[in-house]
Amino acid sequence: MTIVSYIFLIIGGLFFLLGGLGVLRMPDTFNRIQAGTKATTLGAFSIMIGVAFGAAAVGEWTWIPKLLIIIVFIVISNPVGSSAIAKATYQSKNIPDNLVQDDLKDRGESK
Amino acid sequence: MKYVTTFIALLLVYLLLAGFTVDEVILGSIVSVVLTLILVKRLNFKVDWKFPIKLLKFLFVYIPVFIWKLILANLDVARRVLSPKIPLNPGIVKVKTNLKGDLGKLTLANSITLTPGTLSIDVEEDTIYVHAIDVKGKTESENQANISGPFEKILGGIFE
Amino acid sequence: MDWLNYVVFSLMGLGILFTVIRFIAGPKLSDRVVSLDTFNMIVIGVIAVLALVFDSALYLDIAIVYAVLAFLETVVFARYLEGKNNDNR
Repeated sequence: MTIVSYIFLIIGGLFFLLGGLGVLRMPDTFNRIQAGTKATTLGAFSIMIGVAFGAAAVGEWTWIPKLLIIIVFIVISNPVGSSAIAKATYQSKNIPDNLVQDDLKDRGESK
Repeated sequence: MKYVTTFIALLLVYLLLAGFTVDEVILGSIVSVVLTLILVKRLNFKVDWKFPIKLLKFLFVYIPVFIWKLILANLDVARRVLSPKIPLNPGIVKVKTNLKGDLGKLTLANSITLTPGTLSIDVEEDTIYVHAIDVKGKTESENQANISGPFEKILGGIFE
Repeated sequence: MDWLNYVVFSLMGLGILFTVIRFIAGPKLSDRVVSLDTFNMIVIGVIAVLALVFDSALYLDIAIVYAVLAFLETVVFARYLEGKNNDNR
């Protein structure tokens, strides 16, 4: 049980590291949002599963519902938040010039 | 029916946060009844007898596909981040959806964000604007099949 | 098995370090908001692991509240960015 817990924790830590590295290395804002959101969502998922196994190993069964709530909340709120940032980034005229296609441009000002 | 569903949802969240003891069940029931009476006029959702079947379908068909896609997305991100010269071909594409309800569109947009190489930016009437890290298709329908195809089929069976 | 805790914490700490570098270096305001969002998610993970290390369920409540506040913070900053559509930002 403890070994499984540590495996999940290390996988989660690895994905957090990849998320940080993605935010640091990607060349423009939209790609940074992509790397950060995906990597941290799976990282948090994996960390919470690891903590659940670790808590079950020492007999703390009441932790699992709280961890479940954290997972559900993160999986719902993280994409919504990143989508809000992406929309705000687009509207603040901070558009990278390496896009090969931009369908959002000819939408018109219909806000 | 709407009252009962709201009450059960509130009580379930309360009990998951507070723990399953007799005291908490009594207090949580009181709080949930009060909150249900306050909130129920402002919520608009419809519940019918097919709801449990839809919930089961959501849990056992959608969630495994979603987690599998999430893992694939992260391997994709890892491959891109760790390669010395980051392979990019970004663009913003338009994707049409057939889902009608707000909840269905929210779930579809979230799923698009967490699948490999795509990020949903904005949702209008029946159009989702998607930032793709690597635009593969040439035409609109090709992009649509690539980006939202698999989820659209599953979610259409659940939310319609 | 205690040394594995150090491995987990150093992985997460390196992730936090990278986001902080991007937060300081970020050329635009939106880059800073993105790095702040990633930073918050990693901190939630750190708090959850601390709950396991210190064996105290209170840290999980802290993590829940932190997750709610992080989401609010992201949305508020996004709203703020939408209002500011100047070219020099």
